[in-house]
Amino acid sequence: MGILEVKNVNKRFGGLQALGDVNLSVAEHSVHAIIGPNGAGKSTLLNCLIGKLIPDTGSVMFDGQSVLGRKPYQINQMGISRVFQTPEIFGDLSVLENMMIPIFAKRDGAFRMHAIESTFNEKEIVEQAEDMLESLNLADARHDHAAAMSRGNKRRLEIGMCLAQEPRLLLLDEPTAGMARADTNNTIDLLKQIKDERDITIAIIEHDMHVVFSLAERITVLAQGTPLVEDTPDKIKGHPKVREAYLGEAA
Amino acid sequence: MLGLDKKDFRLLVIVVALTMLAPFLLNPFPESSGLAQFNAGYPDLMQRFVIFGIFAIGFNILFGLTGYLSFGHAAFLGVGSYAAIWMMKLVTLNVIPAIIMGVIFAGIFALAVGYISLRRSGIYFSILTLAFAQMSYALAYSVLTPITGGETGLQIKATDRPILSNLEPGEIGRANLFGMDMRTSFELGLGDWLFTFNSGYYIAAVFMILAFYLSIRIFRSPFGTMLRAVKSNQTRMYYTGLNARPYTLAAFVISGMYAGLAGGLLVAMDTQAGPERMFWTASGEVVLMTILGGVGTLIGPVLGAGAIKYMENILSKINKDILHQWFAILPDGIENFLVTIVYPFVGKGWHLTLGIIFMAVVIFLPGGLVEGGQRIARLFGRKKAKGDAEEATQSTPAE
Repeated sequence: MGILEVKNVNKRFGGLQALGDVNLSVAEHSVHAIIGPNGAGKSTLLNCLIGKLIPDTGSVMFDGQSVLGRKPYQINQMGISRVFQTPEIFGDLSVLENMMIPIFAKRDGAFRMHAIESTFNEKEIVEQAEDMLESLNLADARHDHAAAMSRGNKRRLEIGMCLAQEPRLLLLDEPTAGMARADTNNTIDLLKQIKDERDITIAIIEHDMHVVFSLAERITVLAQGTPLVEDTPDKIKGHPKVREAYLGEAA
Repeated sequence: MLGLDKKDFRLLVIVVALTMLAPFLLNPFPESSGLAQFNAGYPDLMQRFVIFGIFAIGFNILFGLTGYLSFGHAAFLGVGSYAAIWMMKLVTLNVIPAIIMGVIFAGIFALAVGYISLRRSGIYFSILTLAFAQMSYALAYSVLTPITGGETGLQIKATDRPILSNLEPGEIGRANLFGMDMRTSFELGLGDWLFTFNSGYYIAAVFMILAFYLSIRIFRSPFGTMLRAVKSNQTRMYYTGLNARPYTLAAFVISGMYAGLAGGLLVAMDTQAGPERMFWTASGEVVLMTILGGVGTLIGPVLGAGAIKYMENILSKINKDILHQWFAILPDGIENFLVTIVYPFVGKGWHLTLGIIFMAVVIFLPGGLVEGGQRIARLFGRKKAKGDAEEATQSTPAE
């Protein structure tokens, strides 16, 4: 039984069958990659997991509980954090404030009316946030506007913000898309470090095979909305069906 | 100090000093000089400065922090006014219960309007709030005439007998604070200067200082940080386990209560309420005040409110005769020419001047008057010492 169980999920957009009978099981403490050519339904699947879309049929269970019908913030509080393709951070706020918000969210829940206390007098939260920034090598930038950071640092901050909530499952949607090689490698190293140091499961959607093969323990190949194969990275590399899906019949 | 850091505390002290010394500061010109008409230190106008300052401070908590542009905030001001005047007509002529009622009713009304309007964001939210405000105006103007007095509004009449008052038969009740009439003034003549200290103004000023202090606390609180997070990125908020809706609704209700406080104070100072207070131009005015002063800054809305109310009351009083006096030294032809040129911008045309100033501020000083002040301060600061500049770059950008 995996921490995330997707069973017979179907999703149609008008005449387009975006997902057809998707079954997926992500084992706890593993790094599971979902790959596939453009239009394979990777993003649709991810959106079904985090409450942005609701599947037409099927079930999505996280740790034995259904996520379907729950709002994104409720699913997040169950222990699923998501990293977006373009880093979603609070650009107008300082880097330190960015890091403090998820810690507040973890402590106070979806809403708390704490309008009189002073933000920076919350010593514990400031400390935790500073520690987190330290471990991400972002401590020097803590008073900068988050929007002013480089793409790579924004990504590090976003991943850090997700980790600050101590999620059990971290979902990453093409975390290295549009990044320079050096930033990509930094991100890979960061994810490896997270995997080693934390009690966490990682599911990653990725185009960049370099990233996939340096991180993943299991890979699911998605094509035209259905899982084609699921196996270890070594077996996937030479799999004829995978080559076919990526390169077309001619290959 | 008072739970504020050094910088905020200094700002609060400045605001306290300015409001307390306003009767002096706003009357810089001697009575007999031609410039006396630019004096703004008379009670009625000073009261407007601080009351609309409160209105704008509250509006800024919603617009400045969350970025939700409400175009119907005058409705809450109006509801606060009606609630306050009914309290005075029926229960007591003391202003405190009236003001509290104004705040409570405006808060309840804001809860209802906000609950519905906040289902949408951006321009749709603005339109929804505008629609609500215009409906409220229409209700107050005609449909609810028995409650609102329709077009003529409500005043305290000789027939009103508040239960907690002992008026002589036929005596018209007057607003008071534990017996002190709002219109009591103490006049101080110093040479050619005349300064007026009005009890109503000082009561309103104390409310404004409290409102300003509360807004600083909200700005610097985790709640304020969350509101800025709403403005910055709602997607990230939802995927961080936070529900943006109650945060925006709370901000909406708080700013509605500020508007209710302003409405209650208007009634306390001048015991009447009418539907024109809820008209959409009144809602637009508070938007202008906030933007003119500086959106999202602490002091900006107060400055904006002051600037607009000053122009509305002082600039609009300048007529053709006064202009002729000013340019009297010049040859007749030039005098008439200048009067013709300037006249459209003063008197009834003061809106034209306001419009030009507003455009200039939006284009050249997007941060409003506050940004203008900062630029001037920097201009002088640069000459001072380079150590200061270093300190400035290290300070937090969280303004």
